[in-house]
Formats: sequence, structure tokens, C-alpha cells
Amino acid sequence: MAAGQKYVGGGVPRKEDPQLLTGQATFVENLTVPGMVHAALVRSPYGAARIKKVDLSAALAAPDVVAAFSGEDLADEWAAGLPMAWPVTDDIRIPDHWPVAKDVVRYVGDAVAVVVATSRAAAADAAELVDVDYEELPTVVDIEGAMAPGAPRVHESFENNECYTWTHSTGDIDAAFAKADVVVKGEYTQPRLIPNAMEPRAVLVQPSPAAGDFTMWSTTQIPHIAKILLSMILGISESKMRVIAPDVGGGFGSKLNVYAEEALCIALARRLGLPVKWVAGRSEGYLATIHGRDQLQEIELAATSEGKILGYRVKIRANMGAYLQLVAPGVPLLGGFLYCGSYGGEAYHFECTGVFTNTTPTDAYRGAGRPEATYAIERAIELLARKVGLDSIEIRKLNYLPQGEMVPSPGGLEFDSTNYAPNLDRALELLGHDAVRAEQAERRAQGSTKVLGLGFSTFVEMCGLAPSQVLASLNYGAGGWDAATVRMLPTGKAEVVTGTSPHGQGHVTCWSQIAADALGLDIDDIEVLHGDTHVAPHGMNTYGSRSLSVGGIAVYEACGRVVEKAKTIAAHLLEVSPEDLAFENGSFSVKGVPDRTKAIQELAYAAWTAHSLPEGTEPGLEANCVWDPPNFTYPFGSHLCVVEVDTETGDVDILRYVAVDDCGTVINPVIVEGQVHGGVAQGIAAALYEEATYAEDGTLETSSMINYLVPSAAEFPSFELDRTLTPSTSNPLGVKGIGEAGTIASTPAVINAVADALAHLDVGEVPIPATPERVWRLIQNAKGGAA
Amino acid sequence: MIPAAFEYERPSSLAEALKMLSEGGDDARPIAGGHSLLPLMRLRLARPSLLVDIGGLADLRYVRDEGDHIAIGALCTHHELASAQELTGGCRLIAQVARQIGDPQVRHRGTIGGSIAHADPASDLPAAVLALDGAVVARGAGGSRTIPAADFFLGPLMSALEPGEILTEVRVAKRVGCGSTYEKFQRRAQDWAIVAVAAVIESSGGTISNAAIGLTNMAGTPIRASGVEEALAGAASEEAIAEAAGRVSEVGTPLPDQNASSEYRLHLAEVLIRRAVANAMS
Ligand SMILES: Cc1cc2nc3c(=O)[nH]c(=O)nc-3n(C[C@H](O)[C@H](O)[C@H](O)COP(=O)(O)OP(=O)(O)OC[C@H]3O[C@@H](n4cnc5c(N)ncnc54)[C@H](O)[C@@H]3O)c2cc1C
Repeated sequence: MAAGQKYVGGGVPRKEDPQLLTGQATFVENLTVPGMVHAALVRSPYGAARIKKVDLSAALAAPDVVAAFSGEDLADEWAAGLPMAWPVTDDIRIPDHWPVAKDVVRYVGDAVAVVVATSRAAAADAAELVDVDYEELPTVVDIEGAMAPGAPRVHESFENNECYTWTHSTGDIDAAFAKADVVVKGEYTQPRLIPNAMEPRAVLVQPSPAAGDFTMWSTTQIPHIAKILLSMILGISESKMRVIAPDVGGGFGSKLNVYAEEALCIALARRLGLPVKWVAGRSEGYLATIHGRDQLQEIELAATSEGKILGYRVKIRANMGAYLQLVAPGVPLLGGFLYCGSYGGEAYHFECTGVFTNTTPTDAYRGAGRPEATYAIERAIELLARKVGLDSIEIRKLNYLPQGEMVPSPGGLEFDSTNYAPNLDRALELLGHDAVRAEQAERRAQGSTKVLGLGFSTFVEMCGLAPSQVLASLNYGAGGWDAATVRMLPTGKAEVVTGTSPHGQGHVTCWSQIAADALGLDIDDIEVLHGDTHVAPHGMNTYGSRSLSVGGIAVYEACGRVVEKAKTIAAHLLEVSPEDLAFENGSFSVKGVPDRTKAIQELAYAAWTAHSLPEGTEPGLEANCVWDPPNFTYPFGSHLCVVEVDTETGDVDILRYVAVDDCGTVINPVIVEGQVHGGVAQGIAAALYEEATYAEDGTLETSSMINYLVPSAAEFPSFELDRTLTPSTSNPLGVKGIGEAGTIASTPAVINAVADALAHLDVGEVPIPATPERVWRLIQNAKGGAA
Repeated sequence: MIPAAFEYERPSSLAEALKMLSEGGDDARPIAGGHSLLPLMRLRLARPSLLVDIGGLADLRYVRDEGDHIAIGALCTHHELASAQELTGGCRLIAQVARQIGDPQVRHRGTIGGSIAHADPASDLPAAVLALDGAVVARGAGGSRTIPAADFFLGPLMSALEPGEILTEVRVAKRVGCGSTYEKFQRRAQDWAIVAVAAVIESSGGTISNAAIGLTNMAGTPIRASGVEEALAGAASEEAIAEAAGRVSEVGTPLPDQNASSEYRLHLAEVLIRRAVANAMS
């Protein structure tokens, strides 16, 4: 870092918060455009059905209704269907996916018609009057059912429900298993999860019919990607589309998509020549916004009798839902390299089959693939520990990859920075490991009905999507770079234009910190612009914990280029050569003559007036950078969880949660802790509370927050956090990602703790979520059914 | 998440409210805190044509010591009940229950009248009023009547209230020399009970003389575990209490739902009764 660093690393209060906390943020739902009309969708109540007739007459006759359309009525609007950008194999089956179904509906929530009215309430009332004649078809909602011979086919055009099978191997896996002394096998079910961003989805499209262009405000994580893909769906020139993501209230991957309603509102705006708005209700969102996880996993570890792992054999099946959303097929692959976690070995084999079912499509949800992988390896390593008679700490330390840079992992990746044992030691110290074990033993000895368990999760993840060339090798349909422009203004302030699209992460604060230090400016003199394709024309947006290690680096590099240019102007004005100048605290001074200086603000003004610039220098003080990282970054950490299990009721109470993360250089510790808190909470939610379930006929049983159990702060203890610092070698700031780490780590930490609490009872595999009744049943079954 | 269209009136007296309800016809409904009715309306599971908002009727908001009983105005919020000084002795149960309802927002909006009138078997206050042998006062166009809690709850979301009647007061007899407790088992802090047990126990020297046990969410209405109550009378040891708790199976088989099977519900009820009795006595 440049000398004079003063913001990076400090807990600078978030610049975003005053607006958010005083109700002055701009959410799509709050936007009003003159003449705006409201769309309400009619959605299939059936898991599968043929649409025989859509009668819109009653809806059209209802008060304040402007228009109503069936899928057939809108068929001409689409130049292409809804996009899927990650065809992971050459023979992947890609079904047609229209914004409004034309002939067959394939999940409860699939859109069949749309009503447009002058108020949201009138549209909702009229939508109820649309009369759809359905012929019900057989449904299949779960992976095993969908793969069974003779299962109902979700897409008649495909021979069966298999979407693709993708494999990945390193080393000689059969040889590793052949020479193993011990083999352990775990089978796990990753439940389906429903992302719950605070702000439901919403879209507003304003057309300019004369100019033929469209402005779309959308609750999206990906304005730039959406702009390209929506222009293709609608056959509109990309240059006629402007996409704005104003303040967006969370996403967790659920807004990393191009959705039917976005395409639909553009189509309606084009047809009607009116601004069109759509806002999802919470329960509507549960049907029509992507879900996450929903996988069946098998993992086998081959090891020596001492517990040293030789090979990993993993087979998973992943529920895609009824159609393929933007990156759904690739989500399991993001974990496909990480089923070896932070451990070594000689060989690795991974196989994933994607499966269609009559359910809401799945896609990337916080952690995307890595929580699943981490769960499997962190549970399986406990099986191995038991089998070879080691404890949770010994088995891990025995198998950790060595400390270093660019360390090859059995999964085929090279980890930028590894240093695992000291990180675990710090967590053990924070926990007071021996005291916890002593209390556990004491309670067991007393025969207490409140037993204690300690769970470990020492994870490594891969984030910072990604080197574009690696994405190419995975058939991903886009690059992994991001862009920044840093512009000094004539008044000495700076604008930072970023291609990332924050929706809660705090990029405005962090990018300001980076730029303020690099340019030597006051943080309040920096404005960060984002989320509008007319303001920030280039970007690859925000997901996969990539923003800082890709977009943030672009900001840092662009600042460096601004300083370089400023230096040539300073040298010219001070009549010295650039090499004779030092830059500190925003000021260039002649080495050895400290009172001959030019402040960067003066140089910004000089560059603007352009009265006296070096020969051949263009006016203006501004630079761009498009950063394409050379590698992913690989954050790691040790999460330890202490639970109390009530053996009479099966209730699990988290008493302590200790997390020591290593995300490399920290720009803002308060934001990092916030990310860890939220991430851990979401992973605990998956371990103990959240599970989306479908009835056999395709009805989503968990259709609202009454029965889809999103926990609140009351369910968590105060998290005890610390960090170790092993800088990434993939970027000049040494930063890694932290947005998903908590979610990736915490689910297995909790379940390992529950399993540990019950270890003396010899119960079987602990299912997730570990609901009170499930835990109670485990205990009952272990007792041989005795109450 | 938008309710179907409805009319809205805000009367300034009980008499005016009753008149509006009777003129509003069958689909007119009173609304108090709105914390049960509005969620149903937003899901369009309830479609009243007229809402008569009784929330402003300040004279229905009181807790009064009436000598032999405590009278609670229908518009008392859960939050007010949680700290009401008048709720002593066995009646303290009402405060103990109110404290465990929902979250702070819910407790500041939700009312006891709404909770009882709504007759949700998963709601907390009904079992408490039932365990205290309470009664409710209903006022209609034709006057006022008092309905014992035991006769009030008819089924899920069904009560003895007639259309057009407003529940004005809840009455619970004063009881001294007893302890009470509410053991609630739920997944998240703000949730409805999977099962809950309201217990009022009279005991001396470790021997129970009289027990009242109300159960939440174990049937289509709140119920009393009369077999357990019977067996608890005279119980003087942990074993005797545990044995008495076992008689909860006599209440019949509770319905399963997403949170719990019938078997688990029964098991939980037994564990919670045991704990409730012990806590009420301590
Ligand atoms: C998030 C959340 C969590 C909750 N958790 C719990 C919980 O843990 N335990 C629990 O018991 N409850 C819970 N509730 C429900 C809450 O306690 C409600 O407030 C209560 O059940 C109803 O009271 P109200 O005043 O809001 O009634 P309203 O919603 O206004 O009315 C409910 C029904 O009663 C009728 N009504 C209301 N007042 C009268 C009256 N005086 N006379 C005649 N009819 C009347 C209405 O017409 C309507 O049919 C929760 C609610 C929410 C939103």
C-alpha cells in the first residue's frame, strides 16, 4: 500500500447508512413515473398442466384494467427465451423457457397470463378474474422420483429428466481407493432453501416510444448482464436499453438472474407505450424467485489407517427445478473442486447430474456450491476421525495442505494462500477448547438431559469469480473481469465509477476507502457511482464474493494510473523529471526539496484547464482499469460451534459460535464482521430452521414466512469473531472475499456439534435441518424406540 | 399480498360500533390489533366487506380488580397485560402468557379480545383463560351476555360469538395460594406454539391439592387435560407428577402439521406438563 494509508483497515462508518436508515433510499417499489401502470401475473396453481384456454374477458371488463394477455398473445414479443448462460456440457439439455408459458406449465408459480391496470390493487383484483382451463399432468418434485424409471417427464421433448452429467477428476482415483486401509462414506441431503432478501423483487420499465429506447429499474445484482440478455430476449438493440439498479435490498444470489418479469415489463411497455411496474409480494416471490441448494450427495474418502486421506470420490445429484435459470447448471460445479476442503490427497473424482423437476427453478444462493461441498467434506472427515480413532483437531491437522502460496489441492485448483493450522489454533484458543470438553464430559457423567456438543468446520472456499480463461474452460458464457473509472474533478474531488453492483455490501464505503488512500483525498471528497449502465457502462457485477477482489482491484489500479498521470503533470509544472517526485498524502513533492509541492487537487484543476500540460498529454485527469484476475482467491477459516441439545425434546440451542476467518487484507473490519454475522446466521438457518418442501402434486408447502422458518436475531448467540491475515497472492491488495464465507462454514459446524452432542448415544446421521422432532427421533431410535 | 377491496369505519363508541356491524351485514367484521385478521386478508383468505375498527375505543382498555375477579378490557394489548400489576396470584398466568406472544411489535398491537375472538387453537391466551376457568363478555345489538371459556371455543377459528357481537371483556376469577407457569415450545422466538402448557397449581409442603392444565395447539380448540389434573391432585413426588403427565394421552390424538407429528406433539405435551408443574411449584 501507498505510504500515508489512513482509511484502509479502519472501521469507517458506512457511507450508505444515513440514507438507508432515514428512509431516503431509492428502492424500485418507491419509484413513480407519470402514467405508470401496474402488472399482476396469473400463476399456475398446478405443478404440471396443459393450458387449454385462457379467458381474459372478465379481467378486461374489470375496473381500471388497461390490458390483459395470455402467453400465446405475447409469443411474438420474444426474439429468444429466458437465458441460461452456463451450458456446462456439450450435450446439456436446455428447455425452452418463455416469460409467460404458452402451452404447458411446469411448476406452481409458472406464469400463464398478465393483467395491467392503473393501480396495483386493481391489477391484483382483475388477475383473480382470469379464467384458465387447465388439464392436469402428472408431477415429480424430488430428485430420486425424477430419476426413477418411468417418472413423469418435466419436458416431453427430452427422453428423461436428466439435464446433464459433468465429471471432473485428478490423479488415479481407483488406485487411491485400492490401496486405502479405510474407506468412509457419507450420504447427505441438502435441503431446498428459499433466499429471503429483505426487499422482494420489483421492476419498472419506462419506454420512450419515439426514440425506441427503454429504461428499466430493477432489483437486480447484475444490471450490465441483464441489459445484454434482455436486449437479446426482446430483440432490442443493446444501445437502446438502460438498466438501473437503484438501492437494492439484498440478493444472496436471488437477484443474480434475468427474470421473466423483467422481460415481461419491457414487452408490455413496448406494446402499450406506457411505463409498467411489477412488484412481487413475499409469497409470490417464494414461487417465482429462484431457490437454492436441493442436492443429494455421496462422498467417499479413501485413507490410510493413520487417517491420512488418499482420495475423494463424490457423486451428487442436483435439482434444477422446472427450467434452467441463468447459471443453475454451473452452481454445483462451483463446489465441484472443493469436496477436498483444506485437505491433501492424491486423487479426486467428482460427478454431478442435474435433474429437472416440477418445482421453482434453483440457482446460485449465497455460497453456491461451496456450502454443499464444505458440508460433505466437513461431515465426512468426522466419520473418518471416528473410524481411525482421532479427534476433530488431529484429523484436520494431519490432512491440512502445507502452508504456502499457490499450493495445489487434490481438487485441481491452486490455492493462492494457505496457512490453516495457526488459524484453527486461534479459534481453539478463543473457544477455550479444554473447558468446553470438560463441561461436556461432566454433563454426560451426570446424565443431564441437556447435553453439550462441539462442532468443527475448517473450510476453504473459492471466490472472486474469476479469471476469464478459467471460466472459458468451464463453458461459462461471460468473462470474469470488472471495470472501474477514476475521475478527478476540476474542484479536486473524485468520482469512482465501478462495474460492481452493490446491494447491501458497502462498496461505496470500501471503494471510497481504497480511492481516498490511493489518491490522498479525504474520504468525503469521493463519490462512488454504480448500478446504472449509462453511468457505469462496463461491469460484470456482484456475486460470488467477487466485488472486492476483482472490482475493488480495478478501482485500486485505476487510482494508480490517475496518480501516474498526475505525476507527469506535476513534474511538468515543477520543472523536474517525474522520477524526482515523491507522492504522499495527496501531494507530489520534489525529493530533497519538501516545500516544492503540487497537491493532486491542483493537478486536477490544471488537467481540466489544460493551460499548461506536458507535450502530448490529453486534458483531464481520469483513468480506467479493467481487471481480469490471474486466479480465484481462497479465503479460509475455522468455525467452532457449541450446542446444547435437550434430549427430552430434541431442541438444539446454540450456546457459542466462534469464527476465525482469513480473508486476507481487510479494507473495513466492521463490514467484514457484518458479512460474517449475516453469513453465519444464514448457515445456521440452513442447519436448524429453513427447508422448503413440496407436496407431491407440486404445491409449495412452505409458502410464506409462517412456515418457511427464517430465524431472527433472537435465535442466535453473540458471535465471537477473530481473524488471521494471510494476504492473497492473486491481487495487489492481498484481499480475498468474505461475503459467503460465513454461510459456507457454519452449517457443518452446527451439525457436527449436534452429532458430537449425541455421539455417546450412537445415533445415525443427523439430518438437516436438525429440527427438534428429527433430533428427538434420532435419540428415540438410538434408544431402540424406548420413550 | 394486497387484500381484496373493503370498506373501513372507525366508530367512536361501542354503541356506534355495534350499529355499524349490524348494518354492515354478514361480511362486516370488527378489527382490533389487526395482527390475525390482516395477514389473512393479505393472503385473501379473509375478505370482509366492512372493517369496523374498534381500536380507538379507549373504554375497552383496562385491567380492573373487581373483588372476586379480574376484568380485562378486550382492547388491552399483550404488552399491557405482560406488566399489569392487577394480575397476581393465579391470574399472573395471563401476564406470563402475554409475555411469550410473538415479538414486541405483535405484543404492542395484538389484543386479548382479538386473541380470544379469533379462536386459533395455536394462540396462547385462550388456553390460559380456559385454565383459569375464565369467561368472556359479549355485547350485541340485543345486549350483553357472559360465556364461560369452556363453552366459548367451538373449533379452529370458530367461537360462540354471534355475527355482530363484540367481545368486550375477559374475566378471570382471583385465586390465591397458587403458582402458575406457561411452558411454550416453539421453533423461533416469535412463533406460535407447537405445543404449550398453561399450569395453575395449588400445593402445600410439596403436595399438590389442585391443578389446572390448559393445552395450546393439541386439538381444534384450546383444551383442559382433565385426566392429568385429576392425577395431579395429591401428587407429592417427581415420579407422581411424571406419571400424571403421562395421562395427557387421554386428550386424544392431536393433528400433525409441518412442525410436528401427532406422536411428537403428545410427547412434547407430556414433557412440558412435567416442567410446567415443577416450575409452577417452585
Ligand atoms: C408475526 C406474528 C406472530 C404472532 N405470534 C403469536 C403467538 O406467538 N401467540 C399468539 O397467541 N398470537 C400470536 N400472534 C397473533 C397476535 O397475538 C394477534 O394479535 C391476536 O391473535 C389477535 O389480536 P388482534 O387484536 O390483532 O385481532 P385482529 O387481528 O384485529 O382480529 C382477529 C379476529 O378477531 C375478531 N375480533 C377482534 N377483536 C374483537 C372483539 N373485541 N370482539 C369480537 N371480535 C373481535 C376480528 O374480527 C378477527 O376475526 C402473532 C401475530 C403475528 C402477526
